[in-house]
Amino acid sequence: MIDLLAAADEALDGLKAVGAGLGYGLAAIGPGVGIGLVVGNAITAMARQPESAGMVRTTMFLGIAFTEALALIGFVVFILLNFA
Amino acid sequence: MNEIMDRRHGHPVDSQQDDEPEKGIVADMLLRGSKVVPLWLLVSFLVWGWDGALSAAYGVALIFANFVAAALLLTWAARISPAALMFAALFGFLVRLGALTVAVLAVSKISFFAPVPLGVTIIVSHLGLLVWETRYVSLSLAYPGLGPSNMTPKKSKEIK
Repeated sequence: MIDLLAAADEALDGLKAVGAGLGYGLAAIGPGVGIGLVVGNAITAMARQPESAGMVRTTMFLGIAFTEALALIGFVVFILLNFA
Repeated sequence: MNEIMDRRHGHPVDSQQDDEPEKGIVADMLLRGSKVVPLWLLVSFLVWGWDGALSAAYGVALIFANFVAAALLLTWAARISPAALMFAALFGFLVRLGALTVAVLAVSKISFFAPVPLGVTIIVSHLGLLVWETRYVSLSLAYPGLGPSNMTPKKSKEIK
């Protein structure tokens, strides 16, 4: 009985790790799409108005960083699920 | 040598920063961040103890490194071509996330590792620095004359 409980506990830990990894991966998909949109539109803007490239790149960098924050939240959830 | 005089305003403008805005933004963020970090580490120490403070310091270092890596990569790619910029932004995102994961997993067995302060620090420092910087950048984009780097000389003239 004790062996069975230990095995179940181990399986639960494994499932927790798999869930954390899956959650992290899924959380990275949205920001990946978002960064693609941000950079794609920034490149379009730079092609249309090369003189405003500096401003566009500034906004693009901040947009990328804000989008990346979503992935970082997924990353933190991964850390907490795995180690807390 | 990088500074040229803006004839309309009569004060120096850093042309290098115009060519490489990412570096300017990250330099600003690091400067502001370095002023707040000691306070955050103190709060972490008071709430979570030494382990928490060390983990928070590690989290701040990770976020700083992440910003620097992003800026260097995008600046380098922007010099090559728009396609390289797209490539660097997307694959840079994946590579940096992977590097962050490896960096955290590498210290997870060390005694001082505390996941809660580390996680809180990562989110708070990333978003906090961004929001703080965005306030200045928005102001600079809307009213270039009011940008923080342009304020000091003009202010002294107005006082006269």
